[in-house]
Amino acid sequence: MKIRLISSAASVVALLGVLASPVAFSGSHGGALEEGKRLAFDRKLGNCLTCHMIAGGNAAGNLGPPLIAMKARFPDKKMLRAQIWDSNVANPSSAMPPFGRHNILTEKQIDLVTDFIHSL
Amino acid sequence: MRKFILAVSTALAVGLVTPTTATASTPAEDVKAFQQYFYDKFPNVAKDDFKDGVYALNKDFREQWENTEEFPPYEDNIAKGEEMFNTPFANGKTYADCLLNGGTGTRHLYPYFDKDSGKLKTLEGEINACRKANGEKPLKYKKGAMPTLTAYIADTSRGNVINIKVSNDDRDLAAYEMGKRQFYMKRGQLNLSCADCHVTNSGGYARSDLLSPALGNLSHFPVYRHKWSALGTPHRRFGGCNKNIRAKPFKAQSDEYKSLEYFLMVMANGVEANGPSSRK
Ligand code: HEC
Ligand code: HEC
Repeated sequence: MKIRLISSAASVVALLGVLASPVAFSGSHGGALEEGKRLAFDRKLGNCLTCHMIAGGNAAGNLGPPLIAMKARFPDKKMLRAQIWDSNVANPSSAMPPFGRHNILTEKQIDLVTDFIHSL
Repeated sequence: MRKFILAVSTALAVGLVTPTTATASTPAEDVKAFQQYFYDKFPNVAKDDFKDGVYALNKDFREQWENTEEFPPYEDNIAKGEEMFNTPFANGKTYADCLLNGGTGTRHLYPYFDKDSGKLKTLEGEINACRKANGEKPLKYKKGAMPTLTAYIADTSRGNVINIKVSNDDRDLAAYEMGKRQFYMKRGQLNLSCADCHVTNSGGYARSDLLSPALGNLSHFPVYRHKWSALGTPHRRFGGCNKNIRAKPFKAQSDEYKSLEYFLMVMANGVEANGPSSRK
Protein backbone atom coordinates (compact mmCIF):
# COMPACT_ATOMS: atom_id res chain seq x y z
CA MET A 1 0.00 0.00 0.00
CA LYS A 2 1.29 3.44 -0.91
CA ILE A 3 0.84 6.22 1.53
CA ARG A 4 0.49 9.43 -0.42
CA LEU A 5 -0.48 11.90 2.18
CA ILE A 6 -0.62 11.95 5.89
CA SER A 7 -2.55 15.00 6.85
CA SER A 8 -2.37 15.14 10.58
CA ALA A 9 -0.50 13.90 13.55
CA ALA A 10 -3.62 12.03 14.61
CA SER A 11 -3.67 9.92 11.47
CA VAL A 12 0.01 9.10 11.95
CA VAL A 13 -0.78 7.86 15.40
CA ALA A 14 -3.77 5.89 14.15
CA LEU A 15 -1.71 4.41 11.35
CA LEU A 16 1.11 3.45 13.67
CA GLY A 17 -1.48 1.90 15.93
CA VAL A 18 -2.68 -0.31 13.10
CA LEU A 19 0.76 -1.21 11.83
CA ALA A 20 2.21 -1.93 15.26
CA SER A 21 1.60 -5.16 17.09
CA PRO A 22 -2.05 -6.05 17.75
CA VAL A 23 -1.33 -5.50 21.43
CA ALA A 24 -1.96 -1.80 20.83
CA PHE A 25 -5.65 -2.58 20.25
CA SER A 26 -6.43 -5.62 22.30
CA GLY A 27 -6.73 -4.63 25.89
CA SER A 28 -5.17 -1.21 25.52
CA HIS A 29 -7.49 1.51 26.76
CA GLY A 30 -6.18 3.98 24.17
CA GLY A 31 -7.14 1.65 21.33
CA ALA A 32 -10.72 1.30 22.55
CA LEU A 33 -11.03 5.06 22.95
CA GLU A 34 -9.72 5.55 19.41
CA GLU A 35 -12.32 3.12 18.15
CA GLY A 36 -15.06 4.96 20.06
CA LYS A 37 -13.89 8.20 18.51
CA ARG A 38 -13.89 6.69 15.04
CA LEU A 39 -17.47 5.46 15.56
CA ALA A 40 -18.57 8.84 16.93
CA PHE A 41 -17.08 10.78 14.02
CA ASP A 42 -17.99 8.42 11.16
CA ARG A 43 -20.75 9.99 9.04
CA LYS A 44 -22.41 6.61 8.48
CA LEU A 45 -22.31 5.59 12.15
CA GLY A 46 -22.45 7.96 15.13
CA ASN A 47 -22.02 11.13 13.10
CA CYS A 48 -22.19 13.02 16.40
CA LEU A 49 -20.24 15.90 14.81
CA THR A 50 -23.29 16.78 12.75
CA CYS A 51 -24.73 18.28 15.90
CA HIS A 52 -22.00 18.45 18.57
CA MET A 53 -18.66 20.14 18.86
CA ILE A 54 -16.22 17.45 19.98
CA ALA A 55 -12.50 17.95 20.60
CA GLY A 56 -10.52 16.61 17.64
CA GLY A 57 -13.42 16.83 15.17
CA ASN A 58 -13.71 19.25 12.25
CA ALA A 59 -16.68 21.12 10.80
CA ALA A 60 -18.92 20.32 13.74
CA GLY A 61 -22.53 21.48 13.85
CA ASN A 62 -24.20 23.17 16.80
CA LEU A 63 -27.68 21.67 17.08
CA GLY A 64 -26.72 20.06 20.39
CA PRO A 65 -24.44 21.28 23.20
CA PRO A 66 -20.65 20.94 22.87
CA LEU A 67 -19.55 17.65 24.37
CA ILE A 68 -17.03 18.83 26.93
CA ALA A 69 -16.46 18.13 30.63
CA MET A 70 -18.57 15.03 30.29
CA LYS A 71 -17.57 13.47 33.61
CA ALA A 72 -18.89 16.54 35.40
CA ARG A 73 -22.13 16.47 33.46
CA PHE A 74 -22.54 12.71 33.65
CA PRO A 75 -20.87 11.46 36.83
CA ASP A 76 -22.79 8.22 36.25
CA LYS A 77 -21.65 6.75 32.95
CA LYS A 78 -24.88 4.73 32.74
CA MET A 79 -26.85 7.96 32.37
CA LEU A 80 -24.65 9.01 29.47
CA ARG A 81 -25.16 5.65 27.80
CA ALA A 82 -28.92 5.99 28.29
CA GLN A 83 -28.89 9.44 26.62
CA ILE A 84 -27.11 8.00 23.60
CA TRP A 85 -29.26 4.84 23.50
CA ASP A 86 -32.53 6.78 23.47
CA SER A 87 -32.51 10.57 23.71
CA ASN A 88 -36.31 10.61 23.62
CA VAL A 89 -36.58 9.36 27.19
CA ALA A 90 -35.17 12.61 28.55
CA ASN A 91 -36.76 14.74 25.84
CA PRO A 92 -39.57 13.20 23.74
CA SER A 93 -39.12 15.80 21.02
CA SER A 94 -35.31 15.63 20.99
CA ALA A 95 -33.66 16.14 17.62
CA MET A 96 -31.00 13.64 18.65
CA PRO A 97 -31.42 10.24 16.99
CA PRO A 98 -32.12 7.31 19.36
CA PHE A 99 -28.98 5.36 18.51
CA GLY A 100 -29.87 2.21 20.42
CA ARG A 101 -33.65 2.14 20.09
CA HIS A 102 -33.43 2.59 16.31
CA ASN A 103 -30.48 0.23 15.83
CA ILE A 104 -28.27 2.94 14.40
CA LEU A 105 -25.38 1.58 16.46
CA THR A 106 -24.98 -1.87 18.01
CA GLU A 107 -24.85 -2.29 21.80
CA LYS A 108 -21.10 -2.84 21.56
CA GLN A 109 -20.65 0.29 19.44
CA ILE A 110 -22.68 2.30 21.94
CA ASP A 111 -20.41 1.07 24.75
CA LEU A 112 -17.36 2.23 22.81
CA VAL A 113 -18.89 5.62 21.94
CA THR A 114 -20.00 6.09 25.57
CA ASP A 115 -16.47 5.42 26.83
CA PHE A 116 -15.02 7.87 24.33
CA ILE A 117 -17.54 10.63 25.09
CA HIS A 118 -17.11 10.08 28.84
CA SER A 119 -13.37 10.63 28.42
CA LEU A 120 -13.89 14.14 27.04
CA MET B 1 -27.28 -3.44 10.99
CA ARG B 2 -30.98 -4.03 10.65
CA LYS B 3 -32.55 -2.01 7.86
CA PHE B 4 -34.84 0.40 9.50
CA ILE B 5 -37.41 2.05 7.34
CA LEU B 6 -40.15 3.67 9.18
CA ALA B 7 -42.53 6.32 8.08
CA VAL B 8 -44.23 7.22 11.30
CA SER B 9 -42.57 7.09 14.65
CA THR B 10 -43.78 7.07 18.21
CA ALA B 11 -43.37 10.70 19.09
CA LEU B 12 -45.98 12.22 16.83
CA ALA B 13 -46.19 15.93 17.24
CA VAL B 14 -49.24 17.02 15.35
CA GLY B 15 -49.73 20.34 17.06
CA LEU B 16 -47.98 23.34 15.66
CA VAL B 17 -44.97 25.11 17.15
CA THR B 18 -46.05 24.05 20.61
CA PRO B 19 -47.06 20.44 20.06
CA THR B 20 -49.29 20.24 23.11
CA THR B 21 -52.39 22.15 22.06
CA ALA B 22 -55.46 20.06 22.80
CA THR B 23 -57.86 21.81 20.45
CA ALA B 24 -57.12 21.76 16.75
CA SER B 25 -56.15 25.15 15.39
CA THR B 26 -57.54 26.55 12.15
CA PRO B 27 -55.22 26.94 9.16
CA ALA B 28 -55.40 30.72 9.53
CA GLU B 29 -54.34 30.47 13.18
CA ASP B 30 -51.54 28.11 12.18
CA VAL B 31 -50.23 30.55 9.58
CA LYS B 32 -50.10 33.33 12.11
CA ALA B 33 -48.32 31.28 14.79
CA PHE B 34 -45.94 29.73 12.25
CA GLN B 35 -44.84 33.04 10.81
CA GLN B 36 -44.62 34.75 14.19
CA TYR B 37 -42.33 31.98 15.41
CA PHE B 38 -39.78 32.85 12.72
CA TYR B 39 -40.17 36.60 13.12
CA ASP B 40 -39.41 36.16 16.83
CA LYS B 41 -36.58 33.72 16.22
CA PHE B 42 -34.90 35.91 13.61
CA PRO B 43 -35.65 39.50 14.65
CA ASN B 44 -32.88 40.82 12.39
CA VAL B 45 -34.25 39.23 9.23
CA ALA B 46 -36.54 41.54 7.26
CA LYS B 47 -39.91 39.86 6.71
CA ASP B 48 -39.50 40.24 2.96
CA ASP B 49 -36.27 38.25 3.02
CA PHE B 50 -37.78 34.93 4.09
CA LYS B 51 -38.43 34.27 0.40
CA ASP B 52 -34.67 33.74 0.04
CA GLY B 53 -34.56 30.71 2.31
CA VAL B 54 -31.22 30.02 3.93
CA TYR B 55 -29.73 33.18 2.38
CA ALA B 56 -31.93 35.33 4.57
CA LEU B 57 -29.90 34.15 7.56
CA ASN B 58 -26.23 34.65 6.72
CA LYS B 59 -24.55 37.65 5.04
CA ASP B 60 -21.54 35.75 3.64
CA PHE B 61 -23.64 32.98 2.14
CA ARG B 62 -26.00 35.60 0.79
CA GLU B 63 -23.21 37.50 -0.96
CA GLN B 64 -21.87 34.36 -2.61
CA TRP B 65 -25.37 33.49 -3.72
CA GLU B 66 -26.06 36.97 -5.08
CA ASN B 67 -22.88 36.67 -7.15
CA THR B 68 -24.12 33.39 -8.60
CA GLU B 69 -27.49 34.90 -9.35
CA GLU B 70 -25.90 37.60 -11.51
CA PHE B 71 -25.35 34.93 -14.16
CA PRO B 72 -27.99 32.46 -13.07
CA PRO B 73 -27.23 28.82 -13.84
CA TYR B 74 -30.92 28.32 -14.73
CA GLU B 75 -31.09 31.05 -17.36
CA ASP B 76 -31.00 28.63 -20.30
CA ASN B 77 -33.64 26.53 -18.60
CA ILE B 78 -36.04 29.46 -18.51
CA ALA B 79 -35.55 30.02 -22.23
CA LYS B 80 -36.06 26.34 -22.94
CA GLY B 81 -39.12 26.28 -20.72
CA GLU B 82 -40.60 29.20 -22.60
CA GLU B 83 -40.07 27.40 -25.87
CA MET B 84 -41.76 24.29 -24.45
CA PHE B 85 -44.61 26.37 -23.18
CA ASN B 86 -45.21 28.00 -26.55
CA THR B 87 -44.79 24.91 -28.69
CA PRO B 88 -48.24 23.50 -29.54
CA PHE B 89 -49.03 19.84 -28.87
CA ALA B 90 -49.52 17.52 -31.86
CA ASN B 91 -53.23 18.41 -31.80
CA GLY B 92 -52.50 22.12 -32.07
CA LYS B 93 -53.50 22.99 -28.50
CA THR B 94 -51.11 24.55 -25.99
CA TYR B 95 -50.48 24.61 -22.25
CA ALA B 96 -52.18 28.00 -22.20
CA ASP B 97 -55.41 26.29 -23.25
CA CYS B 98 -55.64 24.07 -20.20
CA LEU B 99 -53.57 25.49 -17.33
CA LEU B 100 -54.98 27.84 -14.70
CA ASN B 101 -55.27 31.47 -15.93
CA GLY B 102 -53.52 30.66 -19.19
CA GLY B 103 -50.54 29.15 -17.39
CA THR B 104 -48.12 32.03 -16.88
CA GLY B 105 -47.84 34.11 -13.72
CA THR B 106 -49.40 31.35 -11.65
CA ARG B 107 -46.59 29.60 -9.70
CA HIS B 108 -47.73 31.17 -6.43
CA LEU B 109 -51.27 29.74 -6.77
CA TYR B 110 -50.25 26.07 -6.39
CA PRO B 111 -51.09 23.71 -4.85
CA TYR B 112 -54.76 24.50 -4.58
CA PHE B 113 -57.80 22.48 -3.57
CA ASP B 114 -60.11 21.59 -6.44
CA LYS B 115 -63.75 21.30 -5.34
CA ASP B 116 -64.86 19.20 -8.31
CA SER B 117 -62.41 16.36 -7.78
CA GLY B 118 -61.94 16.95 -4.05
CA LYS B 119 -58.18 16.77 -4.62
CA LEU B 120 -55.11 18.98 -4.39
CA LYS B 121 -53.76 20.24 -7.69
CA THR B 122 -50.04 20.86 -7.99
CA LEU B 123 -48.43 22.69 -10.88
CA GLU B 124 -46.54 19.58 -11.96
CA GLY B 125 -49.65 17.43 -11.69
CA GLU B 126 -51.66 19.88 -13.78
CA ILE B 127 -48.98 20.06 -16.44
CA ASN B 128 -49.18 16.30 -16.89
CA ALA B 129 -52.98 16.34 -16.76
CA CYS B 130 -52.88 18.91 -19.55
CA ARG B 131 -50.47 16.80 -21.59
CA LYS B 132 -52.57 13.68 -21.13
CA ALA B 133 -55.77 15.49 -22.10
CA ASN B 134 -54.03 16.45 -25.33
CA GLY B 135 -52.65 13.03 -26.11
CA GLU B 136 -49.06 13.73 -25.03
CA LYS B 137 -46.85 11.56 -22.85
CA PRO B 138 -46.46 12.71 -19.23
CA LEU B 139 -43.17 14.26 -18.06
CA LYS B 140 -41.11 12.84 -15.19
CA TYR B 141 -41.94 14.64 -11.96
CA LYS B 142 -38.58 15.35 -10.32
CA LYS B 143 -36.11 16.60 -12.91
CA GLY B 144 -35.53 17.32 -16.57
CA ALA B 145 -38.27 18.79 -18.76
CA MET B 146 -40.74 19.25 -15.88
CA PRO B 147 -38.73 21.74 -13.80
CA THR B 148 -37.56 23.36 -17.04
CA LEU B 149 -41.16 24.18 -17.87
CA THR B 150 -41.99 25.19 -14.30
CA ALA B 151 -38.85 27.39 -14.21
CA TYR B 152 -40.41 29.45 -17.00
CA ILE B 153 -43.78 29.56 -15.26
CA ALA B 154 -42.08 30.54 -11.98
CA ASP B 155 -40.07 33.23 -13.74
CA THR B 156 -43.28 34.76 -15.10
CA SER B 157 -44.67 34.73 -11.55
CA ARG B 158 -41.85 36.60 -9.80
CA GLY B 159 -43.11 39.14 -7.34
CA ASN B 160 -46.59 37.62 -7.04
CA VAL B 161 -47.54 37.05 -3.44
CA ILE B 162 -48.40 33.55 -2.25
CA ASN B 163 -51.99 33.52 -1.08
CA ILE B 164 -53.51 30.06 -0.79
CA LYS B 165 -56.59 29.83 1.40
CA VAL B 166 -57.74 26.55 2.85
CA SER B 167 -61.53 26.33 2.44
CA ASN B 168 -64.08 24.85 4.84
CA ASP B 169 -64.56 21.80 2.63
CA ASP B 170 -63.87 18.73 4.77
CA ARG B 171 -61.71 17.21 2.06
CA ASP B 172 -59.64 20.39 1.86
CA LEU B 173 -59.17 20.43 5.62
CA ALA B 174 -58.23 16.76 5.57
CA ALA B 175 -55.56 17.42 2.92
CA TYR B 176 -54.23 20.32 4.96
CA GLU B 177 -54.10 18.21 8.14
CA MET B 178 -52.29 15.45 6.27
CA GLY B 179 -49.65 17.91 5.14
CA LYS B 180 -49.28 19.30 8.62
CA ARG B 181 -48.81 15.82 9.99
CA GLN B 182 -46.22 15.05 7.30
CA PHE B 183 -44.33 18.12 8.39
CA TYR B 184 -44.31 17.47 12.13
CA MET B 185 -44.02 13.70 12.37
CA LYS B 186 -40.68 12.20 13.21
CA ARG B 187 -39.58 9.67 10.62
CA GLY B 188 -36.75 7.50 9.46
CA GLN B 189 -34.03 5.70 11.31
CA LEU B 190 -32.66 9.04 12.50
CA ASN B 191 -36.08 9.94 13.89
CA LEU B 192 -36.25 13.53 12.65
CA SER B 193 -39.18 15.59 11.44
CA CYS B 194 -39.05 18.35 8.84
CA ALA B 195 -39.82 20.68 11.72
CA ASP B 196 -36.87 19.41 13.79
CA CYS B 197 -34.52 20.82 11.16
CA HIS B 198 -36.49 23.67 9.57
CA VAL B 199 -38.33 25.01 12.64
CA THR B 200 -36.73 24.11 15.97
CA ASN B 201 -33.16 24.05 14.66
CA SER B 202 -33.47 26.50 11.77
CA GLY B 203 -30.57 28.92 11.92
CA GLY B 204 -28.39 26.20 13.44
CA TYR B 205 -25.67 24.23 11.76
CA ALA B 206 -25.76 20.52 10.93
CA ARG B 207 -22.02 20.05 10.27
CA SER B 208 -21.42 23.08 8.04
CA ASP B 209 -24.95 23.21 6.61
CA LEU B 210 -27.00 26.14 7.83
CA LEU B 211 -30.63 25.06 8.24
CA SER B 212 -33.17 27.26 6.50
CA PRO B 213 -36.42 28.41 8.10
CA ALA B 214 -39.48 26.54 6.85
CA LEU B 215 -41.14 29.88 6.19
CA GLY B 216 -40.42 30.50 2.51
CA ASN B 217 -38.93 27.03 1.98
CA LEU B 218 -40.72 26.63 -1.36
CA SER B 219 -41.31 30.20 -2.52
CA HIS B 220 -38.41 30.05 -4.98
CA PHE B 221 -38.92 26.64 -6.60
CA PRO B 222 -37.94 25.04 -8.86
CA VAL B 223 -34.32 25.36 -7.74
CA TYR B 224 -31.11 24.77 -9.61
CA ARG B 225 -28.83 22.90 -7.21
CA HIS B 226 -25.10 22.88 -7.82
CA LYS B 227 -25.08 19.48 -6.16
CA TRP B 228 -27.47 18.21 -8.84
CA SER B 229 -26.01 20.39 -11.62
CA ALA B 230 -29.65 20.66 -12.62
CA LEU B 231 -33.09 21.85 -11.67
CA GLY B 232 -35.38 19.99 -9.33
CA THR B 233 -39.01 20.19 -8.25
CA PRO B 234 -40.12 20.53 -4.61
CA HIS B 235 -40.82 16.79 -4.41
CA ARG B 236 -37.29 16.00 -5.55
CA ARG B 237 -36.05 18.04 -2.58
CA PHE B 238 -38.47 16.37 -0.16
CA GLY B 239 -37.14 13.00 -1.27
CA GLY B 240 -33.56 14.13 -0.61
CA CYS B 241 -34.37 15.42 2.87
CA ASN B 242 -36.11 12.11 3.63
CA LYS B 243 -33.22 9.99 2.41
CA ASN B 244 -30.76 11.99 4.49
CA ILE B 245 -32.51 10.85 7.64
CA ARG B 246 -32.80 7.29 6.30
CA ALA B 247 -36.54 7.43 5.76
CA LYS B 248 -38.07 5.85 2.69
CA PRO B 249 -39.08 8.76 0.46
CA PHE B 250 -42.63 8.91 -0.86
CA LYS B 251 -43.19 9.08 -4.60
CA ALA B 252 -43.19 12.48 -6.26
CA GLN B 253 -46.84 13.58 -6.51
CA SER B 254 -47.94 11.11 -3.86
CA ASP B 255 -50.74 12.40 -1.63
CA GLU B 256 -48.15 12.66 1.16
CA TYR B 257 -45.86 15.03 -0.74
CA LYS B 258 -48.70 16.97 -2.36
CA SER B 259 -50.18 17.67 1.05
CA LEU B 260 -46.75 18.53 2.49
CA GLU B 261 -46.22 21.02 -0.33
CA TYR B 262 -49.71 22.42 0.31
CA PHE B 263 -48.98 22.89 4.01
CA LEU B 264 -45.66 24.67 3.35
CA MET B 265 -47.17 26.95 0.72
CA VAL B 266 -50.15 27.82 2.94
CA MET B 267 -47.70 28.66 5.74
CA ALA B 268 -45.94 30.97 3.26
CA ASN B 269 -49.01 33.11 2.61
CA GLY B 270 -47.81 36.67 2.17
CA VAL B 271 -44.33 35.63 0.96
CA GLU B 272 -43.33 36.61 -2.57
CA ALA B 273 -42.79 33.94 -5.20
CA ASN B 274 -39.25 34.38 -6.53
CA GLY B 275 -38.31 31.26 -8.43
CA PRO B 276 -36.41 29.82 -10.00
CA SER B 277 -33.40 30.18 -7.74
CA SER B 278 -29.99 28.60 -7.26
CA ARG B 279 -28.86 26.61 -4.25
CA LYS B 280 -25.85 24.67 -3.07
C1 HEC C 1 -29.23 15.47 14.74
C2 HEC C 1 -28.66 16.04 15.92
C3 HEC C 1 -27.84 15.21 16.90
C4 HEC C 1 -26.98 14.15 16.68
C5 HEC C 1 -26.61 13.49 15.35
C6 HEC C 1 -26.46 13.78 17.97
N1 HEC C 1 -26.99 14.58 18.94
FE1 HEC C 1 -26.56 14.51 20.94
N2 HEC C 1 -27.93 16.01 21.29
C7 HEC C 1 -28.62 16.70 20.32
C8 HEC C 1 -29.45 17.70 20.96
C9 HEC C 1 -30.38 18.66 20.23
C10 HEC C 1 -29.22 17.60 22.35
C11 HEC C 1 -29.85 18.46 23.46
C12 HEC C 1 -30.77 17.67 24.35
C13 HEC C 1 -31.96 17.11 23.61
O1 HEC C 1 -32.74 17.88 23.02
O2 HEC C 1 -32.11 15.88 23.61
C14 HEC C 1 -28.25 16.51 22.52
C15 HEC C 1 -27.76 16.10 23.75
C16 HEC C 1 -26.74 15.19 23.90
C17 HEC C 1 -26.14 14.83 25.18
C18 HEC C 1 -26.55 15.41 26.51
C19 HEC C 1 -25.70 16.60 26.81
C20 HEC C 1 -26.04 17.21 28.14
O3 HEC C 1 -25.15 17.79 28.72
O4 HEC C 1 -27.19 17.08 28.56
C21 HEC C 1 -25.16 13.91 24.94
C22 HEC C 1 -24.24 13.26 25.94
C23 HEC C 1 -25.14 13.68 23.52
N3 HEC C 1 -26.11 14.47 22.92
C24 HEC C 1 -24.30 12.80 22.86
C25 HEC C 1 -24.36 12.48 21.52
C26 HEC C 1 -23.56 11.45 20.88
C27 HEC C 1 -22.52 10.62 21.59
C28 HEC C 1 -23.93 11.41 19.57
C29 HEC C 1 -23.47 10.50 18.46
C30 HEC C 1 -23.37 9.10 18.74
C31 HEC C 1 -24.94 12.45 19.38
N4 HEC C 1 -25.18 13.05 20.59
C32 HEC C 1 -25.55 12.75 18.17
C33 HEC C 1 -28.56 16.48 18.96
C34 HEC C 1 -27.83 15.47 18.33
C1 HEC D 1 -31.42 16.53 9.19
C2 HEC D 1 -31.95 17.81 8.89
C3 HEC D 1 -33.08 17.95 7.90
C4 HEC D 1 -34.33 17.37 7.91
C5 HEC D 1 -34.90 16.39 8.91
C6 HEC D 1 -35.04 17.92 6.77
N1 HEC D 1 -34.24 18.79 6.09
FE1 HEC D 1 -34.79 19.95 4.52
N2 HEC D 1 -32.89 20.65 4.37
C7 HEC D 1 -31.85 20.35 5.22
C8 HEC D 1 -30.64 21.03 4.78
C9 HEC D 1 -29.27 20.97 5.46
C10 HEC D 1 -31.00 21.75 3.62
C11 HEC D 1 -30.10 22.65 2.76
C12 HEC D 1 -29.95 24.00 3.42
C13 HEC D 1 -31.27 24.70 3.53
O1 HEC D 1 -31.70 25.36 2.57
O2 HEC D 1 -31.93 24.56 4.56
C14 HEC D 1 -32.42 21.50 3.40
C15 HEC D 1 -33.18 22.06 2.36
C16 HEC D 1 -34.54 21.92 2.22
C17 HEC D 1 -35.33 22.59 1.20
C18 HEC D 1 -34.79 23.51 0.13
C19 HEC D 1 -34.79 24.92 0.63
C20 HEC D 1 -34.36 25.87 -0.44
O3 HEC D 1 -34.36 27.08 -0.17
O4 HEC D 1 -34.06 25.48 -1.56
C21 HEC D 1 -36.63 22.22 1.40
C22 HEC D 1 -37.82 22.67 0.60
C23 HEC D 1 -36.64 21.32 2.53
N3 HEC D 1 -35.36 21.16 3.00
C24 HEC D 1 -37.78 20.73 3.03
C25 HEC D 1 -37.76 19.70 3.98
C26 HEC D 1 -38.91 18.91 4.31
C27 HEC D 1 -40.30 19.12 3.75
C28 HEC D 1 -38.51 17.99 5.22
C29 HEC D 1 -39.25 16.84 5.79
C30 HEC D 1 -39.85 15.92 4.87
C31 HEC D 1 -37.11 18.26 5.50
N4 HEC D 1 -36.69 19.29 4.70
C32 HEC D 1 -36.34 17.58 6.43
C33 HEC D 1 -31.92 19.55 6.34
C34 HEC D 1 -33.03 18.82 6.73
